[in-house]
Amino acid sequence: MAAVAVSSGPVRRSKTISMIAMYALLLVLACFFLFPIVFMVVSSLKADEGQILRDMSSLAAFIPYGNISLQNYQDVFSRLPFLTYVINSLIVTLSIVVLGLFVNSLIAYALARIAFRGRAVLLAVIVGLIVIPFESVAVPLLLMVNRMPWIDGSASWLDSYHVQIIPFIADAFSIYLFYQFFIGLPKDLEEAAFVDGAGRFRIYAQVMVPLSRPVFATVAILQFLAYWGAFLWPLMTTRGDDFRPLTVAMQTFFGQAPRQWGDIMAFASMVTLPVLAVFLVFQQWFVRSVSSFGVKG
Amino acid sequence: MASVTADVPRATGSLRRRRDSQIAWIFSAPALILLTVFLLIPFVLAIYLSFTDQRLVPGPLATRFVGARNYLRLLEDATLQRALFNNFLFALIIVPVQSAFALFLAILVNQKLRGITAFRTIFFSPVVTTMAVIAIVWAFLYNPEQGLINALLRSLSFGAFQPVDWLGDTRLAFPAIMFMSIWQGVGFQMIIFLAGLQEIPEALYEASSIDGAGTWSQFTSITLPQLRNTLIFVGVSTTIMAFKLFTQVEVMTKGGPQDSTVTTVLHIVQQGFRRQTVGYASAVAVVFFVIVLIISIIQRRVVVEESQVA
Repeated sequence: MAAVAVSSGPVRRSKTISMIAMYALLLVLACFFLFPIVFMVVSSLKADEGQILRDMSSLAAFIPYGNISLQNYQDVFSRLPFLTYVINSLIVTLSIVVLGLFVNSLIAYALARIAFRGRAVLLAVIVGLIVIPFESVAVPLLLMVNRMPWIDGSASWLDSYHVQIIPFIADAFSIYLFYQFFIGLPKDLEEAAFVDGAGRFRIYAQVMVPLSRPVFATVAILQFLAYWGAFLWPLMTTRGDDFRPLTVAMQTFFGQAPRQWGDIMAFASMVTLPVLAVFLVFQQWFVRSVSSFGVKG
Repeated sequence: MASVTADVPRATGSLRRRRDSQIAWIFSAPALILLTVFLLIPFVLAIYLSFTDQRLVPGPLATRFVGARNYLRLLEDATLQRALFNNFLFALIIVPVQSAFALFLAILVNQKLRGITAFRTIFFSPVVTTMAVIAIVWAFLYNPEQGLINALLRSLSFGAFQPVDWLGDTRLAFPAIMFMSIWQGVGFQMIIFLAGLQEIPEALYEASSIDGAGTWSQFTSITLPQLRNTLIFVGVSTTIMAFKLFTQVEVMTKGGPQDSTVTTVLHIVQQGFRRQTVGYASAVAVVFFVIVLIISIIQRRVVVEESQVA
C-alpha cells in the first residue's frame, strides 16, 4: 500500500528501493513484536544472575553468551512443584474445552435444526447472555461456590478442579458461533439420514459434527486461549499448590524474595513457548478462529 | 436476532413433532442449567447483594438489607472514580491508537510479498502469549535503573533521555501499561481487519486506479467505507476490553502507585475478595455491567442503522 507511485524514469530501480524500504519497515515491526519474547528466552538461558542484570541495559540482553545452561529451568523444577501446575492448567483448560465443545454444540444444534416451542425466546436469551461479562458476576459467584457442597461431602468448592471447570463449560458466545455455522450448512445429508431412520442424536454426532470441523476448531482455540490464560478466577478460588494453575503460580513465584530473574524467565518461557509452538503448527486455524470472532454482533 | 424459519421434516405428524420438542429441550438442558446456575443466578445475586451488607465469610452479625447505602457510598469512593476515569482514559487512547495500528499492520501483511506470512505470524505471536506471564517480563523491561526500555530510549536519544521509574511513577505507570497492552493485543485486531480487507472486491480498486486514484485516496474512498462494520466491531470490542482491564494491572502495579493504575475490575476484586465486602463489590459490579451494556447497545444501534441504510 505504501508503495511509491512512479510515473516515468527508472521504474525498476525505484521499485527495488521501495521494496527494500518495505522489508525494512516489516523487520523493524517484527523486532518490536519479538523483542520481549527473545529477551525472555535468552535471559532464561543465562545461569549467572549478575550477568542478566548487567546485560539488561544493552543489546547483550538478546545474545545468548557467557554461562549458557538450563540451570534456571532445573531451579524452577527444584524450587517449585512446577509439574503440578502444568498438570493443573492442562486438566482445567482441556476439560473446559472438551466438555464445552459438546455441551455448546448440542444446544446450538437444537436451536438451529429442531423446530420447538420457545426456540426463538431461547435464542434471544442466549444472545442476550453474551453481554454479561464474567467480571461482573465473579464476586457473587465466589460467594456461591464458597458455600456450595460437592459430591465428596466437602462443604465448599474452593481449592478444587471443578470450581475452575464447571462454571465455564457453557458459554453463550460459543453457542452463538456454533449456531451461526449450523444454520449455514445444507440440510440434504441430514434429511437423508432422517429417512434412513437415524435419531436426532445420531444425526448430530454422525452428520453435523463431521461437517462442522472448522467451527469446532474455532471454538476450541478461542476457549483454549481464554482459559489457559485465566487469572482472575483461579486467583480467587485456589489457595495452595494442589490445584493452582500456571498463571497464579507465576505471580506467587514473582512475589517471592529474593527475586531470581533467571528462574522467573525460565518459568515464563516454559508457559509461553509450548503455546507458541502449538500456534506455529496450527497457524491457519488460529487465524481463521480470530477472523470468525469478527462476525460477532 | 431475527427468528429463523423452522425446518420441520415434512409429513411426519404431530407425534414426531412432540418428540422432537422433547429432544430439543434435552439437548439444550446441560447448557441451560449451567448458564442459569453460573451466569444468570450470580448476575441476579449481584443486583440483590448490592442492596445488602453481605460479607464473603459470614461474621457475627447477620446480613442486613441496607437500601441504597452501597450506591451512595459509590459516589464518595475516590478510588472508584479514579478507576472509572482510568478505564475511560484507557478506552479513549487504546481504541483509536490500537485500531489504527492494527489496520496499518493488516494492510502491510495483506500485500503480495515474498515471506509476508512469516511477518503476519510474528505480528500475531504476542496474542498467544499468556498475559499474566508476559506482564512479568514487561515489568522487568520497565525496570527503573538498568531496564531495557530505559536503555533503549537513552541510546535512541543519544543520551539525552534520563532513566525513569516507569511503573513507580504516578504519571508514567498507566501509559506504560497501555503500551504493553497494545503490544499484546494489536495482532488480534490485525487479523480481524485482514479478514475484512480480503472481503473487499478487487474490482473496486482496479476501477479506481483506472480513474487515476492514488493510494491514499483509494484508502479513504474504498478501504475505510468498505471496512465500516469491521471498524465498528473492533472499536466496540476494544472498548469493552478496556473496561475489563485487570490482569496486567494486577501483575505489574496492583493499582498503584497511589491508585494511578486502579481499574474497575481491580476495584471489584479488592473490595469483594481482599476486603470481603461482597455487598459493596456487587454495587461496583452492577455499575460496571451497566457501562458494558450501554456500549453494547450503542454498537447494535450503529450496526442496525448501517444495515437499514444499505
